[in-house]
Amino acid sequence: MSTPDTPKRSMRTPLSRVRNLGAAHSGTSDFWRQRLTGVAMTLLMLPVIVVVMMLLGSNQAGAKVILGSLPIALILLLFIFASAWHMKIGMQVVIEDYVHNEKLKLVAVMLNNFFSIAVALASTYAILKLSSGV
Amino acid sequence: MALSIVHRATGIALYFGTVLLAWWLIAAASGPGAYGNVQAFTGSFFGRLIVFGYTWALMHHMLSGIRHFVWDLGYGFKANEREALTWGALIGGISLTVLIWIIAYAIGGGR
Repeated sequence: MSTPDTPKRSMRTPLSRVRNLGAAHSGTSDFWRQRLTGVAMTLLMLPVIVVVMMLLGSNQAGAKVILGSLPIALILLLFIFASAWHMKIGMQVVIEDYVHNEKLKLVAVMLNNFFSIAVALASTYAILKLSSGV
Repeated sequence: MALSIVHRATGIALYFGTVLLAWWLIAAASGPGAYGNVQAFTGSFFGRLIVFGYTWALMHHMLSGIRHFVWDLGYGFKANEREALTWGALIGGISLTVLIWIIAYAIGGGR
């Protein structure tokens, strides 16, 4: 919500100050991050599928060894981080498209943030716990 | 073809499905009992149906997303190209899902 220039001293026209900022008043950062995380997950998809395949048929003790190894933990952490960010932005777009009551929209956007962060942190915590061998 | 709504619907399904993934990871970190519960679920008919559906949603959303990348870069806007991309995502998503499950069953012996 930051304005690039102070209106008083700026020589920029009002139009130039709002141009490219769009309806969210914050520019195209969400659009860009949506693409960034999407590309990241596409690149990570094959390694993630391989990891899931490796876990098939193993019990908890086996899963613990596999999930606790450094490259696998790293792949999953990157995937979790990218997916949480990606889905937070995606759900916000859906909310903004369909929820038109302003207060309800604020609540929905907040809940979306809470959910995405909670899922990401819970998963991250689990992987770090597996990696530390506690 | 109007598949943009499918992209959105699979996205929403994947969104809520992350709860299952978090449950699975937390169970692995918790212990044999908790992990056994997850395996009992994924081993059940209903559980397998959910995971199969999740696999498809993920594959379709990824390919449909790649289709959007192509459009973002300014290609594929002709009518026949749009059709090809959309059918590619649809057929590709189903094919990859079936392929993944064939490999999974071959490796894990159906878990």
